Formats: sequence, structure tokens, C-alpha cells
Amino acid sequence: MSTATVSVENIDGGPVLRLGGDLVTEALGAVEQSFARFTTKAPRLTIDLSNLTSLDTGGAWMIADLQARLHDAGVASELVGGSAERTALIETVSRARPHERGVEAPPSGFLPWLAGLGANTVDLFKAIVSLLNFVGLVLHRLAGTLVRPWRLRAISLVSQMQEIGLNAVPIVALMGFLIGIVLAFQGAVQLRQFGAEVFVVDLIAVSVLRELGILLTAIIVAGRSGSAFTASIGSMKVREEIDAMRTLGLDPIEVLVLPRVLALIVMLPILGLIANICALIGGGLMSWAELGISPGMFLTRFVDNTDVWHLGVGMIKAPFFAFIISIVGCWQALQVGGSSESVGQRTTQSVVQSIFLVIVVDAGFSIFFAEVGV
Amino acid sequence: MKGNPGSPDAAKVTPAREAIIRVRGLHTAFGPQVVHDNLNLDVWKGEVLGIVGGSGTGKSVLLRTIVGLIRPVRGEIQVLGTDVINGPESDRRAVEKQWGVAFQDGALFSSLTVLQNVMAPMREHLRLSHGLMKALGELKISLVGLPPLSCGKFPSELSGGMRKRAALARALALDPKIVFLDEPTAGLDPIGAAAYDDLIGELQRSLGLTVFMVTHDLDSLYAICDRVAVLAEKRVLVEGPVDMMATVDHPWVQEYFTGPRARAATAAD
Repeated sequence: MSTATVSVENIDGGPVLRLGGDLVTEALGAVEQSFARFTTKAPRLTIDLSNLTSLDTGGAWMIADLQARLHDAGVASELVGGSAERTALIETVSRARPHERGVEAPPSGFLPWLAGLGANTVDLFKAIVSLLNFVGLVLHRLAGTLVRPWRLRAISLVSQMQEIGLNAVPIVALMGFLIGIVLAFQGAVQLRQFGAEVFVVDLIAVSVLRELGILLTAIIVAGRSGSAFTASIGSMKVREEIDAMRTLGLDPIEVLVLPRVLALIVMLPILGLIANICALIGGGLMSWAELGISPGMFLTRFVDNTDVWHLGVGMIKAPFFAFIISIVGCWQALQVGGSSESVGQRTTQSVVQSIFLVIVVDAGFSIFFAEVGV
Repeated sequence: MKGNPGSPDAAKVTPAREAIIRVRGLHTAFGPQVVHDNLNLDVWKGEVLGIVGGSGTGKSVLLRTIVGLIRPVRGEIQVLGTDVINGPESDRRAVEKQWGVAFQDGALFSSLTVLQNVMAPMREHLRLSHGLMKALGELKISLVGLPPLSCGKFPSELSGGMRKRAALARALALDPKIVFLDEPTAGLDPIGAAAYDDLIGELQRSLGLTVFMVTHDLDSLYAICDRVAVLAEKRVLVEGPVDMMATVDHPWVQEYFTGPRARAATAAD
């Protein structure tokens, strides 16, 4: 471990600052205060380097900084006893010492806060415009693909369908099954008080088919595939692959975004249907175990009492949810900046925003279906 | 003929100098692909050594092996007298503080500003006050010729040349004795590359650095390298001052050092 020493003595009436030991960066912590506190009233200071065993840029900076500070206070300083290389090093560092401060502390107070709030509001507005622009762009390319279907990237589409759809079946099915169990159990506890156990079938059928099945599937898919869209396309953006595509005449919307959007629009209703079926199975099993409603009875009541529109209401929403998740995921990916950290931030935002928008749209649909009476 | 460990040809040429890096009998391979076979190399204290060689001859692999990013199959590497391959972990850590590495594209941490990048190794290894670390960080940034304004910028906001300078500032953060540079001038315009060469030469002289530089740039070799080591046939084919290279009787070396580009570089020098 290197150590440095600092001492002051008076010779012939003039102060001499003696530096000794290893004045190197790792030893500066111990002598920093000595340097910072050092002042002199004499008009001249001699800095004696002859006892130094080593010196690096950190130590040279300390000396140069002291010299500059003394110079500002009207004290001339002189270096003695240093080898040519050491004096040259101090000279180099002294020249390179930044005279202006690079980074200013951010201002604080009410006005900057207000300015920040305003800037955030403008950014939000710009983000909404940019998202709407992106929706328009994707719809335009989608229309172009409908006219010229051979331009569709079929292989990419199928591979996305496998990744988004097929690979998500186990988790979606399990989630649906558990939701059915929970609903049946909770419903049984409440309905038993009225002796109306058999209505648990209606409870499960209506809540799962209309709302829960598709909504929870959309949330899982947003967390699973929406985030993957942002992360994968965002990383490509960081590595300038998107720019490379553009220069090669490939349209990133057509190559990257459309297959994902279409794949999700096809797969989300299927996943929703799987979740519905599993929830009914789970609910049926729980009703049998908890309330003694046999599977046959469950099925009969389900078929007789459940309007097919309940399923319709749920399924109609699926493509809209799919569109929201894929659009938000891809749009966030294209907003990624130059750093890998921004990929992470955008991925988080993509999941949060798509789930939020899915719930907002779901609420809108509820009002709409209530108005039209289905 | 392949030299055996312990008696490299170079040691006979300049026996008085102190070797800061000694590589002996280095054998590096990726699966069946052998990159280095019985490679010997000495880097002398205070010199600028340029490593040249065709693409795929393992120049960057050699650099990465010396700094411990790739583990060789066998061989010995001593840096500042410490065995960095088989020695204890604590010795390795101590030596790591004595070198700085500037990667080809900077490899700056993209989520930190330039100043924070330079301060990162200081935070990790030194016990200094925040104010002092900041001042030293700003000094290093200024030493490599970046304007003070760039301290608060993120790497993605810098040009390629500025990123390379920022990477050098980070490599110099702990005042290392050895600096490893991987293709320092690749991708720079000729004027920027010449300025970067001057910068390295000036820093090397004033800070007393030893520079280990992988390069393709003939101008750099002529401008600042004290010695050149040519990697070919999985070993150091020849090493010596750059002027000596034209006299070496090997087709690749002849092609490289007497080709039209080399003549232009010599003429400019």
C-alpha cells in the first residue's frame, strides 16, 4: 500500500512544502485534506519534490491544482527537486486541467419543476401523436399486403405464430384452469348461503366467457410476447440493424412488424378460447368436488342457460387486444435510443402501456355491449 | 524453427531491458482450431509495441488472453512479474489495477455518461472523495483531448473518434502502467487517426506508459511504435523496429511492409 507525506517548514523565511513517498492516485485519499487546507500568507512558496518516490497524474493533479489555487490567491509557487520527467508530467497535467466545469448540477426549485412538468406533458402529447402515426403506418402497410399478399413474409409469420401461440399454450391453459377453480370456489361459498349452488355454472360461464378468459390471456401475452417484441426489435435498433434494413430497401414495418401483428391477431383468439375451455373444465371439477354438481349436470345447465353471445362478446375483443399489444410492443421497440439500458426501459413501458390500454379498451367494450344489449 | 520457452530470440537482441509482459509457450485454441502454438513475446517497459498480422491470426485473441478474458490451453504469461494465468486470484486483482484496456469500439457503458464511465474503475478500486474522483475524471477526459462539455454526454451521443478517446480516458483512469489498445485508429479518418497517434505518443512519453497496440494502420506503426511484432503461422514470426521489417524474408511481411500502402506511409514519415 502506497503512502504519501506532506509537511511544511520555513527555510530562510519562505515556506517550503515537502512532498514525500508515493504521491499516486490510490494514496491521495489520505493527503487530500492536507492539500485542501493548505494556505500560506507568504508571497512565495517552494514545493520540494526531492523526497518523492513516485508520482502519477493523480498526484500531479494535486500539485497543479494547489499551484493554480495559490496563483489565484496571489502566491507564486516554484517546483524544486523534481526530475525532468516529473516536472514535465506536472506541466502536462497543468495544461490539461479543465478550466471550465463540464457538468453543472441540475437547478432545483419551483420554476424548474414547472418546466419539467410542461416538458413531460409535451413529451406525452408527442408520444401519442407518434403512436397514432405508427398505427396509421402499420394499417397502410397491412392494406398494401392485402392487395399484394405475396409480399407477406410467410415464414416469419408462421415462426411468430409458433412462438406467440403454440409455445404459450401450456401457461395460458394452466392459468385458465386455475381461474376456473378460483371462481367456482369463491362462488360456491357465497351462493351456498342462498341455497343457490347451481347458479355457480352461470357465474363461471358468464364471467369467464365474457371477460376473464380473454382479458387474462391478453395480459399474459402482453407480458410474454409484447415484451419480447420490444426487446428483440429494440436490440436490433441499438445495433443499427434497422438502419441497415432500410438501406437494403427492406421495410422494417413489412419485415418485422407486420408478421408479429398478424401472428398475434390470429393466435390471441385461439389462446383465449383455450383459456376459456380450461377455465370451464377447472370450474366444473371444482363444482363437482365442492358442491356436488356432476359434470353431466354442469354441462346441461351450461348448454341450456348460456347464450352464445357471451362467447361472442369475449372473442370479438381478442383481435383488438392483439392489435394493441403488438402495436405498442413494436412501436416502443422503434423508440429505443442508442443504449442497451433504453431497451430495458422501453420493454417495461411496452408491457405496462399495453396492459393498461387493453384494460381501457375492455372497459370501452363493456359500455358498448351494455348499450347494444348483448 | 519454434523457440523453446525460456530462450526467446528477442531476449538475445536486447537483454538489458526489463520485460513488463512475458509470454512463454502460449497455446490458445477454440475447440479444434488452434490460434497460437508455442507463442513467445516480450514487451519492454516504456515502449510502444505494435502487433500486426493478417485477419484471423489471433492479434485480438493475444490481447484478450493477456488481460485474462480468454484462458489459454497452456503457456505462461507474466505481467509485472506476476503469473496471471496460474497465480493466485489476489495477485491477479492487484495486476489488473496496473493495466487499462481500450476496446475497439470503446465498449463504454452505455447507461453511464462519459465522466461516470471514467469514474467507474476509480469507484471500484480507490477510496477517494467524490469531488476528487470527479476532478481526476475530468482531468483524464481533458488529457485525451475531449472538450469539457462531453463529460455529461452519453456514449451514444459521441462520434466514433470521440468514443475511442473516451475509452482511452477510461483505460487511463487508474493511472495504469500498461495500456492495451485494440485497433485504436480503425474507423477514424486519416487526420483523426494521426491526431490519435500523436495523443498516444504524447501520453506515453509524459505518463511513462507501456503501450500494447493491436493495429492495421501502417501510419501508426511508423509514427509511434518503437517495435513491431508480426503474428503469423500461430506465433510471433518476427519482432523488431519497423524499419527492419522490410528486410525480413517472408512473403506476408514483404507484402505488408513493402506494398504500395507501406511505401506511402514511409514517404509520409
